[in-house]
Amino acid sequence: MRPLIEVRGLRKDYRRGGAVLHAVDGIDLALMPGEAVGVIGESGAGKSTLARLITRLERPTSGGVFYQDTDVTSLSDRALRRFRREVQPVFQDPLTALNPRWVVRRLITEPLKIYGERDAERRVDEVLRDVGLGKDLMTRHPRDLSGGERQRVAIARALVLRPSMLVLDEPTASVDMATKRTLLALLNRLQSEHGLTCLYISHDIRTIEETCSRTIVMYRGRLAEEGPTTAILSSPSHVYTQILMSSIPRIDSAETRPGRLRARPFSRQHLPDTGCLFAHSCPRVQPECATDPPVVEVTPGHRAACVLADRASDQSR
Amino acid sequence: MDLTDDGRTRGQPDDAGPAGGPGRSARLRSELKRHPSLVAGGALAAATMIVAVAGHLAPPHNPLAINPGHSLAPPGPGHWFGTDQFGRDVFSRVLYGLGLDVVIGLIVAALAFAVGSMAGLVSGYLGGWIDDIVMRVADLLMSFPSFLLALSIAVVLGNTVRNVIIAVTIAYVPYLLRLTRGSVLAARGADYVLGARAVGASRSRVMTLHILPNVVGPAMVQATLMLGWAILDVSGLSFLGVGIQPPSPELGVQVAQGASYITSGQWWISVFPGAAIILAVLAINFLGDYADDKLRGQGS
Amino acid sequence: MPGLEIDGLRVSIGGRDVVRAVDLHIAPGSCAGLVGESGSGKSLLALASVGLLPRAARVTAGRIILGGDVTVTADLDRTAKVRGSGIAMIFQSPRTALNPLLRVGHQVGRVLRRNGQHADLTRRCAELLGAVGILEPGKVARLYPHELSGGMCQRVMIAMGIACEPQMLIADEPTTALDVTVQADILDLLDDIRSRTRMGMLLISHDMSVVAERCDSISVMWRGAIVEAGTSRTVIGSPRHPFTAELVRDVAHRPQPKDRPAQRSPAGPADGPPTEARG
Repeated sequence: MRPLIEVRGLRKDYRRGGAVLHAVDGIDLALMPGEAVGVIGESGAGKSTLARLITRLERPTSGGVFYQDTDVTSLSDRALRRFRREVQPVFQDPLTALNPRWVVRRLITEPLKIYGERDAERRVDEVLRDVGLGKDLMTRHPRDLSGGERQRVAIARALVLRPSMLVLDEPTASVDMATKRTLLALLNRLQSEHGLTCLYISHDIRTIEETCSRTIVMYRGRLAEEGPTTAILSSPSHVYTQILMSSIPRIDSAETRPGRLRARPFSRQHLPDTGCLFAHSCPRVQPECATDPPVVEVTPGHRAACVLADRASDQSR
Repeated sequence: MDLTDDGRTRGQPDDAGPAGGPGRSARLRSELKRHPSLVAGGALAAATMIVAVAGHLAPPHNPLAINPGHSLAPPGPGHWFGTDQFGRDVFSRVLYGLGLDVVIGLIVAALAFAVGSMAGLVSGYLGGWIDDIVMRVADLLMSFPSFLLALSIAVVLGNTVRNVIIAVTIAYVPYLLRLTRGSVLAARGADYVLGARAVGASRSRVMTLHILPNVVGPAMVQATLMLGWAILDVSGLSFLGVGIQPPSPELGVQVAQGASYITSGQWWISVFPGAAIILAVLAINFLGDYADDKLRGQGS
Repeated sequence: MPGLEIDGLRVSIGGRDVVRAVDLHIAPGSCAGLVGESGSGKSLLALASVGLLPRAARVTAGRIILGGDVTVTADLDRTAKVRGSGIAMIFQSPRTALNPLLRVGHQVGRVLRRNGQHADLTRRCAELLGAVGILEPGKVARLYPHELSGGMCQRVMIAMGIACEPQMLIADEPTTALDVTVQADILDLLDDIRSRTRMGMLLISHDMSVVAERCDSISVMWRGAIVEAGTSRTVIGSPRHPFTAELVRDVAHRPQPKDRPAQRSPAGPADGPPTEARG
C-alpha cells in the first residue's frame, strides 16, 4: 500500500528580526490511507507550521510534499485545485476559522459552489446530518452557536467535498472538556465511516490518545520520536518524550508517583542550533549529543532520535 | 486559552431575528436609549437634511436675486436671517448653500471612499512591489497637512467646483487607503481566509467575498466622518477664494463675503452660514459615532 | 484552626446568585483543590477570598475569615492591608496579568514596597526571582514581560505572590495557558514553596487531573454551588455526584487507546449527551 500523503525533508524557515527561525527542520512523514496519526509537542515545536505546509497553505523552504506520489510542493494555487478537494484543514478556533458574517448554510455551501457541484442542497443536508447538527442552525451565524456546534460546522465544511484526508489543528482547544469528548467521538466515527486519513495536531495528549493509532513527537521543528500511540505513552524512548509523558498530570497516580523526570532549566539566549536540539535541557545529556543524533529504531515502527534510545529506557513515571 | 462555554450559554444574537421579533418600535426605542449619539446626531442630521433639501428646492427667496433697496437689513420678519450687502436674503442663501455643501461633501466622501478602499484592498492583498509603490505615494501625500495639500492642488487646477472636489478627494484618499490596507493585512492572516483558500477559492474570490466585506466597515465609518471634514475643507477653501467662487451661495463664500461687515455691526451675513457649517459637521460626527458604535458592537 | 475559612458564602451579581452557600476550608500548609468549568463561579469565589470582587458583585450571605482574624467579606480595609502579606492571588494569563510597561524586577519590588518593606529592594527582588527558579535573576529582573516566555512570566507572578510570605495563596488556573512540562514545573514550585513555608493554597482548575495530583482535598463546583467535597482519594476514587464522575471520566486515561483505523475503540456514550445538551 502506498502512502496517501508523504513529506520528505520538509523545512520551513522564518526570519525573525535578523535571526532565522527553523520552524520545521527536516521532517519525514508518511500517512497510509485510513490512518489516524497524531503530532504532539509543546509550543515552538512546529506542529501548526507542519499542518499548514501539509495543506499547502504555505510553501516549504525546502523539501517536498507528495500526494499520492504527485509532487504538490511547488504547485500554484490553481494547479492545486484537485489536491485542495482531497486534503482539508480543520482549524483550532472556529470563531476565527469561519467568516463571521456568513450564516451556516453559506459557510457549508461555499466549497460546493467553488467546485461547481450540483445538487448542493442535498449534499449540505447530508453532511449536517453526518456531524449531528440540526437544519435549524442553517440560518445562524457562528457567534450564535455554542463552541461545540461551531466546531461541528467547521468539520461539516471540511467534509462537504468528500475529501480523503483531514488535517486537524488543535480541534478541541476551543471547547470545554465535556464537549471535547463528544467531538472526538464524532471524529472517530466519521473517520471510520468514511475511511478518512486524519492528521491530528495537538499539545494535549488525551486528544491524540483518543483518536490516533500512531503518534509523532516534535521538538523545535524536528522529529523526536515516532511510533504506535500506546508505545509512545507507555514506553517512550526519547528523553524529551519521557519528560513530556511524566509531566502530564495523572489522576490515578497521585500517591504512587515517584520523582518525575525533569528537564534542566536553561537560558533562552543559548539554544543550540546543531546536534540534538534538546541537549541544552536534557537531564541525561551525553557528549555524543553535540552531533546530530541518529534515528534509532527501537522496535519496528517505533523510532526515536536519541542516542539513549536503544539502551534500556528507564523512565521514572 | 479561552474555553468557550458549551450548550449552557450561547452567544447573544445580534438582533431579534426576522421581522417577527419584538416590535420594531420597541427595538428602535431601546436602540435610541443605548446610543445617545444616535439621538443627537439623528435629530440634527435629519433636521439639517430636510432643511437643506427644502431650501435647495424651494428657497423662500431667490438666493441670487439682488435687491439693492433692502441691503444690509438685520434679521426680521421678512428676512429671518437678514439680507447681505446686495440685498440677497441670507436665510435662502444659507439653505441653498447648505444643500450645495452637503452634496459636494458627499461626492468627495464617496469618491475618496471608493478610490481609497479599492486601492487599499488591492495593495494590501497583493502586497509585493505594488504595495510598496502605492504606500510610498500615499506617504508622500500624507506628509502634507490635508488642507494645505487640497489648497495647492486647487490652486494649480483652477477655481471650479469640479477641481475643488478633485483636490479634496486626493487629500483624503491616502487615509482611507491606509485604513483599508491595515484591515486587509489583519484579515489576510485570519483563519477563515486560509480556510477559503484551503477549499480552493481563487484569490479574487477571497478578496471580494471574504476580505472586502469584513474590512469596509471601518473605512465606511471613516468616510462618514470625512463627509464632515470635507464640508469644512471645501468651505474653507472657498473662504480663501481658492475654491468655489461667488456668486455661488456656497457657505464658505458667504462667510468670506460677510467677513468685512462684521466690524461694522452686520454680523448676520457671516455668522449664519458659519453656524450652518458647524451644525452640519456636528450632526455628521454624531452619526459617525453611532456608526462606529454599531461597528464595534458587531465585530467578532 | 486558622487558615482560610469560607462559610456559607453567597455572592450575587445583578440579583442573580453566582456563588451559592459555599463552605470551604484551607488549613495552613495544605493544598485544597477547586474544580469546575468556566462559568461555575470559581473565579468569583477566588476574588471574594482576597476581597477583590468586582463592584457589581455583592456578598449576600456568609463570610470569609483569614487566619481566624480578618473577616475578608466585612472588613475591606483590613483585607486591603493584608493583601500580599496575609493572602495573595495569582492568575491565569501571566503575560496579561503583568504590567507590560514595567520591568519585572520593578513589579516584584512594588509588591514589597506596598507592604512596607523598602529595604534592600534590588537584592531581595533578585532573590525572589531566583527562589522561583529563574536563572540569572539579576538579568531577568531588568526585562519586560513581553521578553519572557509564558512560564517565566508565571514564575514572576508567583514571586510577586509570595514576596511577603503570605499565609494563604489563591492560584486561579495558574498553569492553564502553559505547556505541559512547564505546568508540571510550576506546580512543583508551588508545592515546594508550600512545604517550606507552611503556606496554604487553593488551587483552582477546570482540569481534574491537575487538582487530583497536587491537592489533599477537592471541592467540585457547579453553577455556583459545591456539589461534592472530600479528600482527593475519595472524590476521585468514588465520586458521588454525576458531574464529578464526568470530570473524572474526562481525564482518566483510557485503557485501550485506538489501535487500528478499522476498529473503533470502545467509545463512551458516543454522541449522546449524558446530562445536558452538548454542542
